[in-house]
Formats: sequence, structure tokens, C-alpha cells
Amino acid sequence: MSAADELALDITSDAGELAQVREAVQQWAMRVGWSEEHAADIMLAVDEALSNVIRHGYDGKPGQPIELRARRVSDARRGEGLEIVIRDYGKQVPIEQICGRDLDDIRPGGLGVHIIRSVMSEVIYEHARGGGMRLTMRKYRADVSAGQGRPREES
Amino acid sequence: MNEQPRLEIEADRDGDDVIVRLKGEVDLRSSPDLRRRLTELVEPQAPKLVIMDLSGVDYVDSSGVGTIVELKRRALRTGGDVVLVGLQPRVRSVFEITRLDKFFKIAKSIDEARQA
Repeated sequence: MSAADELALDITSDAGELAQVREAVQQWAMRVGWSEEHAADIMLAVDEALSNVIRHGYDGKPGQPIELRARRVSDARRGEGLEIVIRDYGKQVPIEQICGRDLDDIRPGGLGVHIIRSVMSEVIYEHARGGGMRLTMRKYRADVSAGQGRPREES
Repeated sequence: MNEQPRLEIEADRDGDDVIVRLKGEVDLRSSPDLRRRLTELVEPQAPKLVIMDLSGVDYVDSSGVGTIVELKRRALRTGGDVVLVGLQPRVRSVFEITRLDKFFKIAKSIDEARQA
């Protein structure tokens, strides 16, 4: 695996950084072989995850550390994919409280986790050692070709 | 990492209607500004119809979608409505993932939005 296969971003909890992170993640995903459309999905999931860290993990307080690490992975059963880990040092939210809401309940908030789960194959929230949260998201090519995870047509 | 493209918000009253034109990206950074502008538009006198022209929007996240949901709920309470126009594929995709494409009227043009 070459360095180009990995992405490491150390950012802070400032909404003003999100656009550049989105750009970096989308470019990286395309560089490791994902289509522009799926790279945009991956970018959206990362953006939602970081927004949740800023809003809920750090209660909107700017300047707090967030680490993003992305790499290619391979699973014996599901084949090639990618993994993105987002680690913060904010509040440890009870895992059972992190769930997408019922979409029939039309209201402004609570859509971010639903989007993340719709776009990615696996989504794992954990309490990180030493405080904060660790979110691991994986997306496998097999799921994309099987048409899983998105309520729309593949191009 | 610091600055990013901003969201441009233009609003014109046209009789009972308001046309809101957005250009840029609607995300966690820009959605508070959008919420503030939309609140100013619908208070104190709520328009009958708000046409949201999103043809200049190339990215929206859940905070942006949530802001537009909030506008529509407010409009419905006062007998008004919100129609979306000009959704780019990536933006439409976010409305589809969240199934909000069923909640909003989506028109191809401003003229069609007026008939919706």
C-alpha cells in the first residue's frame, strides 16, 4: 500500500474547514478508484460525521481536535473497500442514542446519522480510550455493485 | 485549512410570493445564515408561496435540508407553501436519501413552481 492510498487530516472543530475536508476526501476517494458519484457519497458521509462531532461532541466549540484517517481495506467476504475513521476528544455520547430518526417524522434535525448509514456499508460508533468518540465507516465495492445502500439508480 | 466558498442568498418579493435564489454550498457553516434570512422573509408577513431556486447550489448537507424543512413547516402553519426549483443531481440525491423528495413539491422552473 502506498502513501497515496491513505489520507490523514488533523483538523479542528470549525465549520469553516468542512469545505476543504470535503474536497480532500472526494479527491482521495477518486484517486483510490471510486467513481465521482460514489466519491461524492463518501464525502457527504464524512461531512455529516464531522458536523455531528462539531455540534454534539464539542457543542459547537471551535478549535477542538478532530482526526480523520482513511485507507483502503480488503475483506475476505466483501472484497475491496475503504475505511474512514474519525476520532474526537469531545463528549462520549451513549452509543444507543446515536441512531437515525424515523423518516416519516418530518422535522428539521436528526438526518445526519441516517445519511451516513445510507451511504456507507458499515458504521461503528465507539467510546475512544482516553475520552471522545471514534467513528469507523467502511464502504465496500461489492455493496455498490449489488445496489445496496442507496434509494436511487446507479449511473 | 480556513476559508471556503460562501453561500449567496438573494430574495425578491413578487406579490404574495417570494423567490429565494441560492448560490454556493449549504452546509453547517452557511445554514445558520440561511435560516436567519429565511426567518426574516417569512416574518412578520408570511408569503403565500416561497419558491426556492436551488439551481446555483452544488452541495447541500443535512443541516441545509433541515433548514428548508423548517421553512416549509413554518409556511404550512400559516397556509403557505414552499416549492423547490432547479435541483442539481447531487442535491436531489440528498433529498432522496432522506425521503424529503416526497415532502416537497419539486418543479423544473419558476413558472412551473407557480402552478404547483
